[in-house]
Amino acid sequence: MRAMQIPLAELPVDQQATIVRFSNGLAETNRLVSLGFTPGAEIDMAQNYGRGPLIVTVRGARVALGRREANKIMVERRAEK
Amino acid sequence: MSAGHAASSTATPLLVVREKMPLIALAGQPNVGKSTLFNLLTGLNQHVGNWPGKTVERREGSFNFDDHQFGLVDLPGTYSLTANSPEEVIAREFILRERPDIVVAVVNAASLERSLYLVAELVTLPAPVIVALNMMDVAEHEGIHVESEVLEAALGIPVVPMSATRSTGAHELLGIICKTLDGDLPNAPRQPEIRADHLALLKETSRIIAGHVPDPYPCEWVALKLLEGDAEITHLMQGTLPEEKRQAVKNLLRQHDDALLAVASGRYEWIERMVRAAVARPKKGQVSWTNQIDTWATHPIGGLLILAGILGSVFWLTFTVGSPLQNWLDTRVVGGLSNWLGQLLAGYPFWLKGLIVDGVLGGAGAVITFLPIMVIFFAAFGLLEDTGYMARAAYVMDNLMHMMGLHGKSFLPLFLGFGCNVPAIMGTRVIDSKPARFLTILIAPLVPCTARMAVVAFLAPAFFGPKALLVSWSLVLLSMITLVISGVALNKIIFKGQRSAFIMEMPLYHLPNLRTIGLLVWQRSLSFVKKAGTNILAMAVAVWILSTLPNGDFGSSYLVQFGKWVAPVGRWMGLDWRLTVALITSFPAKENAIATMGVLFGSSPNGGLAQTLTATYSSASALSFLVVTMLFIPCMATVAAIRQETNSWGWTLLSIALFLAISIAAGSVVYHLALLLRL
Repeated sequence: MRAMQIPLAELPVDQQATIVRFSNGLAETNRLVSLGFTPGAEIDMAQNYGRGPLIVTVRGARVALGRREANKIMVERRAEK
Repeated sequence: MSAGHAASSTATPLLVVREKMPLIALAGQPNVGKSTLFNLLTGLNQHVGNWPGKTVERREGSFNFDDHQFGLVDLPGTYSLTANSPEEVIAREFILRERPDIVVAVVNAASLERSLYLVAELVTLPAPVIVALNMMDVAEHEGIHVESEVLEAALGIPVVPMSATRSTGAHELLGIICKTLDGDLPNAPRQPEIRADHLALLKETSRIIAGHVPDPYPCEWVALKLLEGDAEITHLMQGTLPEEKRQAVKNLLRQHDDALLAVASGRYEWIERMVRAAVARPKKGQVSWTNQIDTWATHPIGGLLILAGILGSVFWLTFTVGSPLQNWLDTRVVGGLSNWLGQLLAGYPFWLKGLIVDGVLGGAGAVITFLPIMVIFFAAFGLLEDTGYMARAAYVMDNLMHMMGLHGKSFLPLFLGFGCNVPAIMGTRVIDSKPARFLTILIAPLVPCTARMAVVAFLAPAFFGPKALLVSWSLVLLSMITLVISGVALNKIIFKGQRSAFIMEMPLYHLPNLRTIGLLVWQRSLSFVKKAGTNILAMAVAVWILSTLPNGDFGSSYLVQFGKWVAPVGRWMGLDWRLTVALITSFPAKENAIATMGVLFGSSPNGGLAQTLTATYSSASALSFLVVTMLFIPCMATVAAIRQETNSWGWTLLSIALFLAISIAAGSVVYHLALLLRL
């Protein structure tokens, strides 16, 4: 399967992906990068119930994100074998 | 017990060999155990204040080691040093301007990559950095193994493994600090570099601004901050650069809008090089402790149930331990003291006795009787924060708080309000964005506290008999609805609907450190007694004077005259001048309303007051009075806390005006509705 880009908010639980880019505005981007989010960083979805906030693991740390914030982060799912 | 603490308790004169006391700054991200380390080193030798002009807590202290005294400043916990909030600016300005002799960067061994991000920024500043590799025990528990020597060799600066909660490693840290101060240890950090494709941009920016960078900022650092789009530094350089250079920088940065990511990626590349050999991670699939607890604690429904259970226990504790203790203090200690003082002052002029017994002791009594409930709430709050649960509570409440433009973090302070509004206001310190924090402070007094419920508990049965419970619940519901409406409206009007992004670290769970919690309770209580206490005392004396002058008789006092003067407003709400005066005297403490009625009707709350009141007032007036009591200006302890936490009389007065308007409006509507419905 070819790798495809989706918003982080749509990544299912226990799936891994790589951050491609984000469009969160300067202040939000600053907070995100200081918490470990950069293009190329690997993300592991720890909790995502399809609505409300979600939890991801990035660079070994757990971070909670609002759905609105997560929708602005584009990730690339690793191709499934 | 650590050497640091044992040494700090000796108050012997200092044998200062160095010219002045060395100044150590503690820097670190939130949730790395920085405060615990600070407490471990300083013990009670610490002072808590505010950073000048800011509402950010400033903690500093001193400790003795090896016959030297050291000054220690706890910098605010920040994830980076880019100007996102006052905390970041405070931390970096302190390092640049106060020039600490050493910066101890506290990092969390269990999330090393993330917490080294701040270190990547610190090593570019002109102060020697020592890394305190904290929470080694938590890391081991999560199956993460960190080799500190490997990390040290990679970084080029000393790394000291430790666990502040278990008091291990502090002695070693102090030894390394001394050696570094004496110049016996190399301190040559490997510097992070910007991602290669932006190196030319950084060089070019540095070249343009060279010669225009004001002290004490390093030129290359300023260039880096300009690339990151740092608002403060951009503003600073706009003021110092000549016009053509300003344009040149602007054009350069406009062509590279991804410069921030290049800088950040450069730092993470540096971090990856540092940790590659030093960290052994658990195999994939191994489920950690934190993961297991979070399956339940952050579940949309399960999480809410757990939160309800925890908060229920806090309430239970308040009512079974706090309230009886509060009663005992009120009747025995304060009551006994006022009887004793009353007899002692019997021979003196009445005003002296009144001033001391009713004014000073009345105010001090209010402060003292508040303490048990405050201590319980502060302790519960501290415990939830220290274990890492607080972030989970914020997470599960996020959806509901969204309606008011707030996010989850505002929920716990608001909840504390049910016990007492004062810890609620003080608890807003956990909210990191200022608009969200101020909005929470503004609406927090709408949460009905135990004192208001006491007034309801006395009046509702008298007027509404079997329907008292229904009336009480409706009043609580009304308060909550008013809170939500006010939150939504204030967010739209004052804060222009801006909502701070919900991006929050979920720290690993760990066992609480009782020392940290104990110190937190001690400091918060002390701060309340000192700051709010003096305000409460002053207000209590003022209220006593107004209720005594000019004739020494309450019935003809200025306060009653004032009550009669504003009685026309009271009439809209169906309140006569006596109820209006009762309302005004509820300002020092909400439960005063009943005592005042007792004075005005000449009967005690224990005998006949309820009957007198039911014979005098209609149910409509009573209902209106209860509604107004729920929504009226908060008690003076709360007002003092609002002043203290906002650091502004403007916000405090806004809050008073807001509640005056809300309560009068709601009282009038309820009174006329009640008349219409012939209640």
